[in-house]
Amino acid sequence: MSENSAAAWQALTGRAGERAALLGTEGLPTRRVEAWHYTPLQSLNGIAWQVAPALDDAAVKQRIDGLNLPTHDGLLVFANGRFCKGLSHLPACMDVQEYGDGSAVQPLLAGRFSAGLNAALRQPGARLHVPVGKDAGLIVMVSLTEGNGVSTHLHHSITLDEGARLTLLDIQLGEGQYLTNPQMDVHCAANAHLSHVTKQVESREAARLAIVGACIGERGNYDSFTLNQGGVLARQEVVSQLSGSFSNTNVNAIQLVDGSRLNDLSSMIHHASPDCTSRQTVRTVLSENGQGVFQGKILVDQIAQKTDGYQMNQALLLSEKAQMNSKPELEIYADDVKCSHGATVGALDEDQLFYLRSRGVLEEQARDMLVQAFLLETVELVEHESLRDYLLKALPGHV
Amino acid sequence: MPAVSETRETVEKLAKSNYEWGFETNVEMDLAPKGLNEDIVRLISARKKEPQWMLEWRLKAFRAWQEMSEPNWAKVKHPPIDYQDAHYFAQPKKKDGPKSLDEVDPELLKTYEKLGIPLHEQEMLAGVEGAGQKTPVAVDAVFDSVSVATTFRKTLAEAGVIFCPISEAIIEHPELVKKYLGTVVPVADNFFSALNSAVFTDGSFVYVPKGVRCPMELSTYFRINARNTGQFERTLIIAEDQATVSYLEGCTAPQRDENQLHAAVVELVAMEDAFIKYSTVQNWYPGDENGKGGIYNFVTKRGICKGDRARISWTQVETGSAITWKYPSCILAGKGSVGEFYSVAVTNGHQQADTGTKMIHLAPDTRSTIVAKTISAGQSDSTYRGLVRMQPKARNGRNFTQCDSLLIGDQCGAHTVPYIESRNMSARIEHEATTSKISEDQLFYCRSRGFSEEEAVGLIVNGFCREVLKELPMEFAVEAQKLLQISLEGSVG
Repeated sequence: MSENSAAAWQALTGRAGERAALLGTEGLPTRRVEAWHYTPLQSLNGIAWQVAPALDDAAVKQRIDGLNLPTHDGLLVFANGRFCKGLSHLPACMDVQEYGDGSAVQPLLAGRFSAGLNAALRQPGARLHVPVGKDAGLIVMVSLTEGNGVSTHLHHSITLDEGARLTLLDIQLGEGQYLTNPQMDVHCAANAHLSHVTKQVESREAARLAIVGACIGERGNYDSFTLNQGGVLARQEVVSQLSGSFSNTNVNAIQLVDGSRLNDLSSMIHHASPDCTSRQTVRTVLSENGQGVFQGKILVDQIAQKTDGYQMNQALLLSEKAQMNSKPELEIYADDVKCSHGATVGALDEDQLFYLRSRGVLEEQARDMLVQAFLLETVELVEHESLRDYLLKALPGHV
Repeated sequence: MPAVSETRETVEKLAKSNYEWGFETNVEMDLAPKGLNEDIVRLISARKKEPQWMLEWRLKAFRAWQEMSEPNWAKVKHPPIDYQDAHYFAQPKKKDGPKSLDEVDPELLKTYEKLGIPLHEQEMLAGVEGAGQKTPVAVDAVFDSVSVATTFRKTLAEAGVIFCPISEAIIEHPELVKKYLGTVVPVADNFFSALNSAVFTDGSFVYVPKGVRCPMELSTYFRINARNTGQFERTLIIAEDQATVSYLEGCTAPQRDENQLHAAVVELVAMEDAFIKYSTVQNWYPGDENGKGGIYNFVTKRGICKGDRARISWTQVETGSAITWKYPSCILAGKGSVGEFYSVAVTNGHQQADTGTKMIHLAPDTRSTIVAKTISAGQSDSTYRGLVRMQPKARNGRNFTQCDSLLIGDQCGAHTVPYIESRNMSARIEHEATTSKISEDQLFYCRSRGFSEEEAVGLIVNGFCREVLKELPMEFAVEAQKLLQISLEGSVG
């Protein structure tokens, strides 16, 4: 394998030491690997990714102050792959628990390159635990990365006991040409509810291979929303398994792709129990030379009768050079199910533009309005009000 | 399923069959030794009395094939295929070749009879009871790789249409074959097309000259007859400017134990304003109830709309074969050209189907429509796999795709894997897919009107497939409906 001799591969396997086996032997995935067909990683090959150096707390604090965070009940800060204890605080009802590699999420992520990379180079991240019946409110987690040719591989785990609730705002940002590879393991016990909002605004030169694995118990709910906006090549991968009956998961996302960047939302929703529901809306707006990728699979096991799964992905192309690749996938082994998916790709509707223009709206404004309307519907799926407002501010042209 | 056999008798036969066409004819075969190497390729070429250029073309394909490996991305499982453990050439023995049907081996005629093909031209027209004025159909019957008789040659010749076995076309119309063969599906396109290019024995060749509307539906059907012979058909259809042709392909195969490989290649070329309609009803032996035996159907079908406003329409009803691996595709290279794909795939028992289409939009104002209906029953697995690609020049390209799956029973699987790639902002792609089971309400409604459960399922399934079945030529559509019902027998209750 020629990739094996690439600088990136040598550096990463070197850093992994005896855990290098977890990376496999194939090198960074190329176009030939089905899961990475639209997002090949060759561009990462030339860089010998090093451990990111520690950052100064004061500088980190300055960055966080500039974020205008919504009112929150707890804050966790990570800078260049290290926990900044002095800048973090948690509500009283939460505790930090050690979680080993034997968690239930591991098998879910087996064979996925992003998870393998994280397993090989893992750095301890957040270990959050919300006890039975508690509502931990809104916790903000900020991961900042700075530097060139460096990489971070944080491993977080969030555990919600029976009936527990948590809203997590997960902000990822940085400066420079770095690689981030965070993994989050989510365990929602029966009746637990995790609302997970990821705002990904990494540096425009950064590469990002993020992965979330969620296991959801009976009547539990994992509701995820991703704003995928930064990075020169950024994949957000969500694997959500409905392990208990009557559970629900939402995997929604907005992708804003401009410049010569590539944003990728890949998801797998696994119905492993009967009577579960899943909903997915992914909207991508592409301008300039942007490339958008959506790969979404709904897998329904034979046991998962009465499944109700719905998936919609829509892309808006605003420039001649932009391109969108979608692969919505259904894999179904149960017969009493209701599963559907829809996909559309196209430009702005000329009729709608004309309507606005005929009402005296300037062309540029009219375009902005239509783009905003396209995105708004998805942001409105976020239940938490102040979070929703926070996200709206991040959209182009501020709705 | 054969082309036109909608007689009462046939229908009755169909109704009681598990696999009605499971018989074997004993015609002395002229077999090449087992195995595949350059000598076999040379032997096939020599037996076909092919010119040197054709042999070289085959050898090139063979060498390419040797470098390739079997694709493994399809959602099908089968034991490894030993390509050296098959005969690559089987020809019914004949003395000097029959001058008329009387000279044809009576066993062979009997086989046709069992298949329900009235081969004689007059009977062909008049043979169907109470059918009234029927559109004539020309049959180019392929009996284990060698075309035995071609009907309607004269009428077609008068219209200027060439319809003959491809082996004949290689000798009689080398300039046409040379110009188009392998241009739509290059020899090294994929593992199975390379294999086919090296060892194909026969198939059909159709050439419709400029401005000609082919005066009848053209039909060929294939039977795999001898044990252990893979069949490698090669079809090439060319429609010149403003030409129109409709081609039907239907197939049956005798029942047998061992899995058989079938790797056909079909190439369509449509020039300016031409229209090619290609319809298939495939009912090869699917294997027994334990999933043993059955045909492996690994087919490459592709058409190119070369000229402006050309149109290619694929319609398929796939009910047979143990494994189907088939993606009839359209390359829309002409401005304003149109590609269509209508498919019904039914799997029952232990069948596996991975089928779909590719619509490659290269030129402005191109349009494509995909309607795929998948029905899974028993312990079968069925996958729709399709690609829609809008290239940067496909300004105002349009695609609409609809994939619906119906599951009957909780032991089967239905999957949808569409690839949607857009590189042009003014192109519009819409895709929708649903998976569901037969609704209790519909079943109850039919049952309350006195239908048995099996009849009710048949009725609902036919309704589910209507959009596709209506695209089939009349005679085919009637048969296809019956076939659907038969294929699902034993899946309910």
